[in-house]
Amino acid sequence: MSAAAAAPSRGAGIVGTIGRVREAGLVVILLALALGTFAVNPRFLSAQGVKDILLDVAVIALVAIGETVVLLMRQVDLSVSSIVGLTAYGAGALFAAHPNLPIPLVLVLGALAGGGLGAINALLVAHGRVPALVATLGTLYVFRGFDFAWVQGNQINATSLPPAFLRLATASLGALPLLALLVGLLVAGFGAYLRLYPGGREYFAVGSNEEAARLAGIDVARRLRRGFILCGAIAGLAGVLWLARFGTVDATAGTGLELRVIAAAVVGGVAITGGVGSVEGAALGALLLGTIANALVVLRVPSFWEQTIEGALLLAAITADLLISRATLRMMREGRRGG
Amino acid sequence: MTSETPASEPVLVARGITKSFGGALALRGASLAIEAGESHALLGENGAGKSTLVRILAGVLAPDQGELRLAGHPVRFRGPAEAQAAGISVIYQEPSLFPDLSIAENVLIGHMPRARFGTIDRAAAASRVAGMLGDLGVPLPPRRPVRGLSIAAQQVVEIAKALSNRARVLIMDEPTAALTTEECERLFAVVRSLRARGVAVLFITHRLEEAFAECQRFTILRDGALAASGPREAFAPAEVVRRMVGRPLDQLYPQRSSRTGDELLAVTGLTRAGSYEDVHFRVRAGEIVALAGLVGAGRSEVLRGIFGIDPRDRGSVRVAGCVVAPADPRAAMRAGLALVPEDRRQQGLVLALSIIRNATLAVPRAVRHFGLVSRRREGAVTRLWAARLQLKAHRLSDPVGTLSGGNQQKVVLGKWLATAPRVLLIDEPTRGIDVGAKAELHRRLAELRDHGLAIVMVSSDLPEVLGMADRILVMREGRLVGELRGADATEETVMLHATGQQDGARTLAAVPA
Ligand SMILES: Nc1ncnc2c1ncn2[C@@H]1O[C@H](COP(=O)(O)OP(=O)(O)OP(=O)(O)O)[C@@H](O)[C@H]1O
Ligand SMILES: [Mg+2]
Repeated sequence: MSAAAAAPSRGAGIVGTIGRVREAGLVVILLALALGTFAVNPRFLSAQGVKDILLDVAVIALVAIGETVVLLMRQVDLSVSSIVGLTAYGAGALFAAHPNLPIPLVLVLGALAGGGLGAINALLVAHGRVPALVATLGTLYVFRGFDFAWVQGNQINATSLPPAFLRLATASLGALPLLALLVGLLVAGFGAYLRLYPGGREYFAVGSNEEAARLAGIDVARRLRRGFILCGAIAGLAGVLWLARFGTVDATAGTGLELRVIAAAVVGGVAITGGVGSVEGAALGALLLGTIANALVVLRVPSFWEQTIEGALLLAAITADLLISRATLRMMREGRRGG
Repeated sequence: MTSETPASEPVLVARGITKSFGGALALRGASLAIEAGESHALLGENGAGKSTLVRILAGVLAPDQGELRLAGHPVRFRGPAEAQAAGISVIYQEPSLFPDLSIAENVLIGHMPRARFGTIDRAAAASRVAGMLGDLGVPLPPRRPVRGLSIAAQQVVEIAKALSNRARVLIMDEPTAALTTEECERLFAVVRSLRARGVAVLFITHRLEEAFAECQRFTILRDGALAASGPREAFAPAEVVRRMVGRPLDQLYPQRSSRTGDELLAVTGLTRAGSYEDVHFRVRAGEIVALAGLVGAGRSEVLRGIFGIDPRDRGSVRVAGCVVAPADPRAAMRAGLALVPEDRRQQGLVLALSIIRNATLAVPRAVRHFGLVSRRREGAVTRLWAARLQLKAHRLSDPVGTLSGGNQQKVVLGKWLATAPRVLLIDEPTRGIDVGAKAELHRRLAELRDHGLAIVMVSSDLPEVLGMADRILVMREGRLVGELRGADATEETVMLHATGQQDGARTLAAVPA
């Protein structure tokens, strides 16, 4: 397009490089952990072992897609766990009443319901100008409250669910569960959208400097709206899959999921200060946390250590991000002899 | 409308614009008409309403009253996107880049080139932006993130961003404040070629010589109202100043230092790899020493190194004979050093806090009363400096972020001057400050010097360096390459040293080792 056809590759893509260093680091830790545990207990990497891990991780990684989009904008959505709970029960109630409903239709309905709940967050944050932390903390409890009022101590079991639906979570291609494959495709799709499409880049722009985004003519309110609705819709879809995975649902389904999702995103390199991160990273973060949890079981470490280790990993991730960004900043400063 | 181009209709007209913020009236019936192929200077004191008018033209703010006409048709922008679509491109006074995005994305935000399937064509974007930055004479790598760029480089990115969408009206709110002469020259060359293509340019600056050199038409605002408008030929510089300030102004630089006292600052062998090397100099009480040089010569870094913001690799700093610990700004402050940083918005202010709080942040002792912050004392300290620097503010309890750009600068200056330092390190002291306040600040600095302060000043404003400095140290690529007496130096001699076109060895001998 321009005369300077040979694009200068000097300092090419430091942004991308940081991200890749970060993700490569995660992969290394993941491999070390998996191989280490495998050495102690070979069952850990058996087909069934891998399948278990992937199934555990899939729902978290899925919800983390939407959460990442929201975090990129320097916002947060705490209500995802309640959305998962509501749509999981909703899907169960639907199947119990109409066992012959087509499964794709229920998945779509779950996403729509989640999107509707996300729209409430969107309204509060983008138009009511309520800080996202407060708004979604509120809806976290409100949605859960509705869940309790609706479920009333009921429980829906696998027996009242169509077997084809449950097979969503048990079917697999080799060691790769169908569920994980589906989530992987979504991660790849949204990852490409965020990286390669102008609309996707706007999420980064809004989180990087909201005022500048506004001045550049970006409709910030619309981005916020779409981000929260998308996050809700993905959580809604995840709720239906959650039901397929566990086969049973009551009013507490998904409780506490929001913090695990955020932890996965942060471990995966998504900055809570906005503007930096990827859904692939968040998925890797979820995979790492899930692998650790499973490794601890296999290694017979008492389960209460799991949270401590998860927390320590979170701190390590944040520290690593700080150190890496400081180091690169210094590198770039020295490179330019500025001022 | 004018005698020269009677037939042409102005591209952009604003008429009778009024805008108020809460109780404060920022614009009262201001008018402006910009013609195609013309550079139009918008002048006025700090707080006169220039940036507010710009934000209205850009669709960021809606006027309370008045109308906008674009190419003869009334328009009403509901947001910046609509103004951009109508061909109005703006460089805002406050930095508006995305630190986490690449330079190329920053420049082309909103109109990235597309490849197949509508994806962003990064290679095309990078080469296009590389070409644009090359035209501006600053070949930055387009794929690196904006975070960590120097202020001058960021300004260049802002300029490229505004030039990228082939606008018919280009509005620039103090684009040259962070640039040196050479970079300004390149910008003006680009602006001239745009003008030749028929682009209308609105240019805001506090450097009158730029307005006279580059603009064909002037509009002067005072207190939000139109004070004067007409072709350049209708104005003499003194007349412009009188219209801006409302009274004639004595623009002479103050007398040079009469007597110098003891040595207050001694910098020996200061080195930081990649920034500056082996910097030696001494400053006496009652002396103003200027560090001159091109952007990137390492001047600001030397000040930061002396004050201890960045660690240094080698060298020592002594204040009145006592060694100051490296990389410890608190120790530097205790020793009597003060640094007014270059990037005042980011490094000097807490935008959401009140003017009073900001102005007294650096002097917690002076405003304490039995250990508690005394509002009365805070107010007294602030009012003193607000009056001295002619701060234009609605209320001193307002958040500093609501001040005009130049008035924010004054708050930072006042904050550091209030610490009563022995050695004042000051980076770009009058950037973005109007002529009246500039002359006042120069008098203040001279007065402080005459009271025995040692002042080290970095300035890209050569007339200011020549007018104020008792000695000028010229830096090039991180080294001191020459020393000139302020009274003898000329723009040419300073620039020759700064660009290395003169045999530096001869004058290097004059630098005390
Ligand atoms: N958001 C705001 N809230 C309150 N007051 C404001 C706001 N924006 C601007 N003002 C006030 O409007 C007046 C005009 O400000 P403006 O920024 O237009 O000045 P300016 O001419 O650009 O000055 P400078 O040369 O210092 O940049 C100032 O008194 C300022 O305090
Ligand atoms: Mg302004």
